[in-house]
Amino acid sequence: MIEVIFFGQLTDATGVSSIMVEEVANTDMLINLMKMRYPSLASSTYMVAVNNTMVTENAIIRPGSKVAFMPPFSGG
Amino acid sequence: MAGQQKLSEARVLVIGAGGLGCPIVQYLVAAGVGHIGLADHDKVSLSNLHRQILFGTEDINSYKVDVVKRKMLSLNSDVNIHTWNEQWIQQHCLQYFPDYDVIVDATDNFASRYLINDACVLLGKPLVFGAVSQFDGQVAVFNQVQADGSRSVNYRDLFPLPPANGEVLNCAEGGVLGVLPGTIGAMQATEAIKLITGIGTTLSNRLWNYNALTQDVFIMQLVPNPTSLQHIPLSEEQFISTDYEQLCAIPQKGIKEIDVLDWQQNFLDHLFVDIREPHELPRLDALCSSLALEWMVLPLSGLENNLSCLTDRNVVFVCQAGMRSLIAANMLMKASPDASVFSLKGGVNSLAEKNLI
Repeated sequence: MIEVIFFGQLTDATGVSSIMVEEVANTDMLINLMKMRYPSLASSTYMVAVNNTMVTENAIIRPGSKVAFMPPFSGG
Repeated sequence: MAGQQKLSEARVLVIGAGGLGCPIVQYLVAAGVGHIGLADHDKVSLSNLHRQILFGTEDINSYKVDVVKRKMLSLNSDVNIHTWNEQWIQQHCLQYFPDYDVIVDATDNFASRYLINDACVLLGKPLVFGAVSQFDGQVAVFNQVQADGSRSVNYRDLFPLPPANGEVLNCAEGGVLGVLPGTIGAMQATEAIKLITGIGTTLSNRLWNYNALTQDVFIMQLVPNPTSLQHIPLSEEQFISTDYEQLCAIPQKGIKEIDVLDWQQNFLDHLFVDIREPHELPRLDALCSSLALEWMVLPLSGLENNLSCLTDRNVVFVCQAGMRSLIAANMLMKASPDASVFSLKGGVNSLAEKNLI
């Protein structure tokens, strides 16, 4: 399983702050899966981290990994 | 040189004198930072007081920077504080950033955040970043010189381009737990002091994320993003010609906004739809029943799946500050172009100002 965690306002789109999903091979596939499950994610801005390290392109996800979806915040 | 000496010789520029800026400046002055620059064009308003606790009711309508300066001089009369009560643009950054050792971003909007980030990269200044959203906060140190002489990642590595306007809520719009900017501002002051004195390990190449509801802290390791370089101005000319307001704003074309008076006089026959999330207050039950309005609560997060119940209805959308209601109006206008659809300007905040709730 893979743990997916959502931060900030992304939880408005998903309704949950974390979910467990079946193994997927890489971050592109996971992002597509999440967009299908939570359509409003498609219009959201976020960055992705695998096991607490930011990724800038498609990255392999090993079983048991934790993947974070982090949006920008503007408030102050 | 001893840490206290470094602090007294340090020059720190804080941009924003609101929820983040107040605690940052307070702790920097208390710590003995010798020179502080502070920029903010806003005046104190009643809705600030729950989270900007340096201000009192007697300060309403005064420039924030004037109030902060007065209170900081009473805390430490030796501190040198220079203030600007105007909106900062590129020319301010180019003129004044070189005078400071550390820049602190305590602003509340993406246009300012990208402007400040790009200026720090262009001018080679370390940046202490902090931001809040409802119950979450982020802190990082960007563009710090590392052991090999290169600079740590900057905001454009995380988010090369700003999100569409209205996608991310600001404090007035989404609300924020009042104590949260205090927590995040104190963290930013900590990072600024570490940068000045050289103690400890800063949040360089790391993003510190804090959730006030769970007290969970999540630290993310940051890496350079090749895409970021395409978007950062490489020269002063490019920087000056970048339109940050435009970059961070996608104009909502064709959506009609009405103000409270117009709504009261002409549009009470429209279905009134509160698209705030269920936890947002104040509720509008009493107002709507006193006006005998047909109304409903339909949070924006679920609007897309429930648009069919509004199709061909004449609707006035309302949210907290009038931003999300623009998005809702945009969605419904696409679905039913012939209906009469409006967004209530200023939202619930305007209703409160008119003493209707």
